[in-house]
Amino acid sequence: MNMIVCIKQVIDPEAPPASFKIDPVGNKVVPPQGVSPVIDPYAEYGVEAALKIKDAQGGKVTAVSLGANQLRDIVKKPLAMGADELILLEDEAFDGGDSWSTAYALAMAIKKIGEYDIIFCGREASDWNAGQVGSGIAEILGLPSVTLVKKIEPAGGKAKLERVTDEGYEVVEVSLPCLITVSNEIGEPRYPTIKGIMGAKKKEPVVWKPADIGVEASQIGAQGRHIKLQKLFQPAREGKCEMVAGESPEEAGANLAAKLREVKVL
Amino acid sequence: MAENKGVLIFCETKEGKLAAIATELLGCGRKLADDLGQELSAVLVGSGVSELAKEAIAYGADKVYVVDDPQLKDYQTDSYVSVMEKVVGQAAPRILLLGQTSLGRDLAPRLAFRFKTAASLGCLELAIDPQSKLLLQTKPVYGGNAQAVFTTDSFPQIATVRAKTMTPLEPDPSRKGEVVKVEAGLDPSAVRTKVLEKVAEKITGIKLEDAEVIVCGGRGIGGAEGFAQLEELAKLLKGAVGATRPPCDNEWVPAGAQIGLTGKIVAPELYIAIALSGSSQHMSGCSGSKTIVAINKDPEANIFREARFGLVGDWKKALPAFTEKLKELLAG
Ligand SMILES: Cc1cc2nc3c(=O)[nH]c(=O)nc-3n(C[C@H](O)[C@H](O)[C@H](O)COP(=O)(O)OP(=O)(O)OC[C@H]3O[C@@H](n4cnc5c(N)ncnc54)[C@H](O)[C@@H]3O)c2cc1C
Ligand SMILES: Nc1ncnc2c1ncn2[C@@H]1O[C@H](COP(=O)(O)O)[C@@H](O)[C@H]1O
Repeated sequence: MNMIVCIKQVIDPEAPPASFKIDPVGNKVVPPQGVSPVIDPYAEYGVEAALKIKDAQGGKVTAVSLGANQLRDIVKKPLAMGADELILLEDEAFDGGDSWSTAYALAMAIKKIGEYDIIFCGREASDWNAGQVGSGIAEILGLPSVTLVKKIEPAGGKAKLERVTDEGYEVVEVSLPCLITVSNEIGEPRYPTIKGIMGAKKKEPVVWKPADIGVEASQIGAQGRHIKLQKLFQPAREGKCEMVAGESPEEAGANLAAKLREVKVL
Repeated sequence: MAENKGVLIFCETKEGKLAAIATELLGCGRKLADDLGQELSAVLVGSGVSELAKEAIAYGADKVYVVDDPQLKDYQTDSYVSVMEKVVGQAAPRILLLGQTSLGRDLAPRLAFRFKTAASLGCLELAIDPQSKLLLQTKPVYGGNAQAVFTTDSFPQIATVRAKTMTPLEPDPSRKGEVVKVEAGLDPSAVRTKVLEKVAEKITGIKLEDAEVIVCGGRGIGGAEGFAQLEELAKLLKGAVGATRPPCDNEWVPAGAQIGLTGKIVAPELYIAIALSGSSQHMSGCSGSKTIVAINKDPEANIFREARFGLVGDWKKALPAFTEKLKELLAG
């Protein structure tokens, strides 16, 4: 089984909301000081999904990440977790893209890799919450796609999947090759082992430039965008929380009940 | 291609009726279409959905495209993209709106890429820019830490809209509209998936989306036993129990209890948030609540920036006393 996982370096979405700042003039996010970037969490669930299959029936897992200035220690995490290869699409020209330009470049890179049975993406990246790159890659490559997947059992040129729905879930069969976007219900990503981390240190990623995957600068990054960002802002918060106290937590609890009754919330 | 005109709403159905999100989208679409001075159309896709065209018209549609075919009984990416490609080609709308549901999240991007345009998923607000006449698509980004306004100048402009952010019109059964039947024309061999089974989560009591009161627990609840106490409070207040993601991932509660960016969107009268930190991803599913009350042992927790009333302390001690006192007050 040949598997490809698309991963992305993002600012840590679990950083405290108070540390989140934007530059309203430049319409840009200001990366928080002293908080290290991470692999997009849903993409990491994608790595876990691929490794589960590799554990069960063997295979090769290749991670692909697109961006400018990717920190090696961060983007090597899939290798430390157990992936076999890492390919970086790294160039200024890839920078500032939207779902369209990103999916296009990734699809062309996947074409170049050539051999694959399943491509994994996260259901949505934690930065722009676009939720489109996976479906986009599938559309460009002409592959079937199943999104919001929480369980995967490949067998005999097909895979049986569980897909999260608003009502519960559904069991879907799909022909391979296919693209899958992964949801958190797939199960917590594994921690890299010491051995994995050591192995990843020694392994150098393969770096591809636009010419290596046969794309023009006009089709990728900021130039290839189909959607324009007009404005980025932080919604105003009213932020006046009335604290209810007491001699003990129990008393505070009773006081809170009385308060809610008093202000007719209840 | 002919000039793109008007607004098209993809109407989801549920239990033989228009889904709530479809009526909300029609309400929003009517406004956008009026602002453009153009038509509002709806599209119904499924098996046995023809009857609902009347309903879509009552909720504001001028024209309804109906693709009714037994092969469309279950949502499948390939078949729905194929029929929607046909309908969009025929209707040539300026704007196409879908719900931010498990269907819309799947269909919208795939369709957008087919039309070489991009979509905005999970919009909170939509408006027509007075100058450019383009659709201003406002959506949360960075997990809700910020909001972005996007535009596209390729057509159709596609967006999905979150539940409960738009208001349906009062249905008017006397409204007149046109119904256009469209043949599905599906090639079964081009549908590369098969739905083997659908499993609905069992819900006892009030559904989260309908509840006026929600008692929501976070990681700090610590286990399923803790949630039993939240259940007791919810029962007393005739509400429902929700959760942040960790309790769902840990299976203390069913996955369907998750509220947030990637869970359910709720907007109850009262939201009691217990032992959850108030991450932006969680708040983006409940910030529309009328009153938020928080119990957390950490005075610095972000939830206190969002709540109207707060209690700093261990929920294990505060909650039983809170519930007891409420029982007393509600009885008296
Ligand atoms: C793209 C993306 C999408 C996501 N979507 C969602 C989503 O839809 N919904 C969601 O919820 N999360 C979502 N998350 C996860 C989110 O980022 C947070 O990790 C999660 O919401 C944290 O849950 P929590 O507040 O319960 O846990 P924590 O952040 O760990 O907070 C636990 C809180 O409990 C308090 N506490 C502990 N013990 C006690 C006690 N005895 N008494 C009182 N207080 C106590 C602590 O002080 C702390 O504030 C998403 C993440 C990403 C990256
Ligand atoms: N720059 C990127 N490089 C590699 N994979 C990406 C990139 N952007 C998005 N993806 C993949 O697509 C998923 C969804 O991203 P998005 O559509 O941007 O929300 C992510 O979880 C990744 O798996």
